[in-house]
Amino acid sequence: MTTGPGLPEVRELDCRGMRCPLPVIELARAFPDLEVGAVLAVVSTDAAARVDVAAWCRMRGQEYLGEDLADDGTPRHLVRRLH
Amino acid sequence: MSDVPRPGSADQLVYLDAASSERLHPAARDVLSAALDAGYADPRRLHGPARSARLLLDNAREASAAALGVRVDELSFTRSGTDAVHRGLLGLLAGRTRAGSLLLHSAVEHSAVLHAAEWSRGSATPLPVDAVGRLAPDVVRAAVRDSGQPVAVVACQSANHEVGTLQPVAAIAAALGETPGEIPLFMDACASMGRVPLPEGWAVAAGSAHKWGGPGGVGVLLVRKGVRWRNPYPTDDRIDERVAGFEDVPAALAAAAALQAVVASRDEDSARQHALVDTVRTFVAREIPDVEVVGDPDDRLPHLVTFSCLYVDGEVLVRGLDRRGFAVASGSACTSSTLAPSHVLAAMGVLTHGNLRVSLTRDTTPAQVEAFLVALREVVAGIRSEVGL
Repeated sequence: MTTGPGLPEVRELDCRGMRCPLPVIELARAFPDLEVGAVLAVVSTDAAARVDVAAWCRMRGQEYLGEDLADDGTPRHLVRRLH
Repeated sequence: MSDVPRPGSADQLVYLDAASSERLHPAARDVLSAALDAGYADPRRLHGPARSARLLLDNAREASAAALGVRVDELSFTRSGTDAVHRGLLGLLAGRTRAGSLLLHSAVEHSAVLHAAEWSRGSATPLPVDAVGRLAPDVVRAAVRDSGQPVAVVACQSANHEVGTLQPVAAIAAALGETPGEIPLFMDACASMGRVPLPEGWAVAAGSAHKWGGPGGVGVLLVRKGVRWRNPYPTDDRIDERVAGFEDVPAALAAAAALQAVVASRDEDSARQHALVDTVRTFVAREIPDVEVVGDPDDRLPHLVTFSCLYVDGEVLVRGLDRRGFAVASGSACTSSTLAPSHVLAAMGVLTHGNLRVSLTRDTTPAQVEAFLVALREVVAGIRSEVGL
């Protein structure tokens, strides 16, 4: 658990080293356990995750909050559960 | 010769990758065979065989120019579509060094344009596109106004090679006409040449013969009369000052024959392909869950459709379909040599994984499309069930 800038506690999903579509598959698997309103951070070294996590949110009607960095500098893609 | 791989039977395979390369047109095959015998000599020489070769080369240029609706002296045969893009864009930039060095280009240009931009000494700025991959004239107008330095060239493709969306080239050129300095437009027309009439407004354009059913290794460079274009590469003392090296006369003539044939039948071919692509778009959206069909549904290339399947690995999808006898392309990262996702799909903000580009040949049948769709649904379902989604 880490705290992102201006965000409540964010649960990190470690997808380092995974290639597309695995980060999005992991996101979909982890999502049912997330409370409505909570934020999940997909930590991914894969360049496609930047586009695909945002596209997944659009297709699923969830909120994509953008990107920040994990403690080790790996990009995190932030998703808020809306429903 | 025993180590040379033998081509397999093409009969069982349904080839749905015409946008990468279309099979040689029968009209080109006949011409190529005859021209190999009659067009081997150096067309610069003064003897009989040379005059024959020169005549064939002149015929190829005249026929191609007529098919494209341009002047003969505006057309050159290059080594490939990529060569035509490089020469065209770099030559246009070279002719504009006094005006400026900034290149504005759509974010969804073919990598040949991006590589040429990188290689040139000037700076380049990508312009954003909308969700269907289209560059709006207003975006170009604003970018020119806000660029902070003189714009040398704007590059915009005629149609997108990955998603098929037609670009408003004429409207963009009109917008450029309202800006000071008459900024010229470079148009990569490799994806559309022969299939769709050339739009108005470009200064320099490029095409690729193997994409319309001509032989590989032939590109077309078009430079509008009066446009300031300077050869960016070493010049040659041959027939056409815009290109270099010994002309491939038989290939140029075959490319011209294919172009003529394709243009002659394109109204009916396009209507048929457009309807078949509609079938694919409707089926995929309706019958396969969690699929994004991308690109403009109507204002598009007739023969091409692209979609992305959630939770599906693009490479596994292409290989699965290949095993069932269907040849298709993918823009997903795992299928590219760089392992980077398609910059086109990324610029549009659409799903990049599980991507397929289906492009019909001139003889693709409704039955083949139906068989493909059945196979697609099964392969996608199989891949998803393996990951439990």
